[in-house]
Amino acid sequence: MPSSQEFDIDQVANLARIELTGEEKARFSAQLADVLAHIAKLQEVDVGGIEPTAHAFPMDNVWAADKAGPSLPADAALQNAPAQRDGMFVVPKVVE
Amino acid sequence: MLDAGRLSAVELMRALIARRHSVDGRVKAFNSYDEADALAQARASDARRGSGKARGPLDGIPVGIKDVIAVAGQPLTASSRMLENFVSPYDATVIRRLRDAGAVCWGRLNLDEFAMGSSTENSAFGATSNPWDLERVPGGSSGGSAAAVSAGEAVAALGSDTGGSIRQPAALCGVVGLKPTYGLVSRYGLIAFASSLDQIGPFARTVEDAAILLGAIAGHDPLDSTSFKAEIPDYRRGLSERKGPWKLGIAREYFADGLDPEVGAAVQGAIEFYRKRGCEIREISLPHTKYAVGAYYIIATAECSSNLARYDGIRYGHRSTAATDAVDIYFKSRSEGFGEEVKRRIILGTYVLSSGYHDAYYLRAQKVRTLIRRDFLEAYKQVDAIITPTTPTPAFRKGEKSADPLAMYLNDIYTIGVNLAGLPGISVPCGFTGGGLPIGLQIIGQPFREAELLSMAHAYEAAHGWHARHPNP
Repeated sequence: MPSSQEFDIDQVANLARIELTGEEKARFSAQLADVLAHIAKLQEVDVGGIEPTAHAFPMDNVWAADKAGPSLPADAALQNAPAQRDGMFVVPKVVE
Repeated sequence: MLDAGRLSAVELMRALIARRHSVDGRVKAFNSYDEADALAQARASDARRGSGKARGPLDGIPVGIKDVIAVAGQPLTASSRMLENFVSPYDATVIRRLRDAGAVCWGRLNLDEFAMGSSTENSAFGATSNPWDLERVPGGSSGGSAAAVSAGEAVAALGSDTGGSIRQPAALCGVVGLKPTYGLVSRYGLIAFASSLDQIGPFARTVEDAAILLGAIAGHDPLDSTSFKAEIPDYRRGLSERKGPWKLGIAREYFADGLDPEVGAAVQGAIEFYRKRGCEIREISLPHTKYAVGAYYIIATAECSSNLARYDGIRYGHRSTAATDAVDIYFKSRSEGFGEEVKRRIILGTYVLSSGYHDAYYLRAQKVRTLIRRDFLEAYKQVDAIITPTTPTPAFRKGEKSADPLAMYLNDIYTIGVNLAGLPGISVPCGFTGGGLPIGLQIIGQPFREAELLSMAHAYEAAHGWHARHPNP
């Protein structure tokens, strides 16, 4: 397991698409170092030959019938949009 | 009382509205409420009962809803600035089922933002107080649900539990809280935090009320592909039919360092009660318990970083007005919309999933999860259920742990394993400290055997009567 010193908050915050202030960076780094030190205890466990558990109960793919049913109407889907026009979400221009 | 005509649903609703007005300025369990809507639902219930068409024991009963479960036409904030102005376009499946049972959906109850926390101090709209001591936390993340039921502002409530978020606040507020088996209750319409762990469950003053509420919300739902096709028994009838004696396990790892002596003594008292009732008490071991918090904070944060990627400021939720281009909308909206603990968890989750670290953290945690689950399933070869304290301590003071996330996380040490293993767990009041704070007993059951779990809790409750004590906030 990597050491908590390798934790680069700028890189991770960028991946998470979160902007942090300098003060937040310093505080989070210290707090997360504590958490990562606790998490490092998992290194002690012998996990050789152990399968990972993604869900508590093994489940296969769940299929639904390929049949159209009622879905959320466009106006309901748009009702919480920060900006909308003509049945569409409005965003800043992405392509020049 | 409703069936006997001694009280109408409207009278009951009016009493709760009055109670909310008199105490919620101090308790702050509610994010929002709609009195006119609640009274209209109550009037409809009275009309059904009046024409002999009552839908059962929940008809006309006001149930508070954690503000992370969608109720059509009502706000749905997750106690976050991100969703401050969001209005649900549809009902969650559990809400549809409550309506089918005639229940009155009442209010939007406070929580730690996006259900991340153990104290309800992480709400963007202010902390909820513990009705037994307003200087203390109600627990979390479903602190508003626990406090509203405890303070008499709702007859019962729904919460959600990812690492203890129903059981821990139930224990700290002196009410009953049940986290069902993973897959028993549909999550359609629940704001996702950690999808392999989240479950919706009931809060109530008594085990019987919790059994009635669970019966109403449980069952397969095609809209949630993780919901199981399990047969739903009559949980309420089961309470009087099942009397044990049971084989009960005491896990030595749950009575180790850090357990408050008064909490330990109260739980020992409960163990003695079961022994005297003829139950066989066996010491068992859950050897991977000490790794549960670590595994949980890898898995839960990994899943939350993925689930909360949807809050991008484009389709719904907060959009920053300071953003200069489309990508900047993501950065600025998320930075302005999310509170500190949510940011911290997204960052930790992003880290443990990032290239080069995924196997060392996330994959290893999933393997440890297998071992934790195996510990429980091994124990269930010897015992029917496991008895533990719900929390290591009674309600702590506001601010006491808020600067130290690790200390806050460790408060969930007895509840987290249950979510990792997908098991049902109930917290039932088992006494008070010398200072008058409630203590919770946790019973951990086997998958889909909630009926047995409720019977065990009911047997204890019926012989004690802690539930008859109420706070006066």
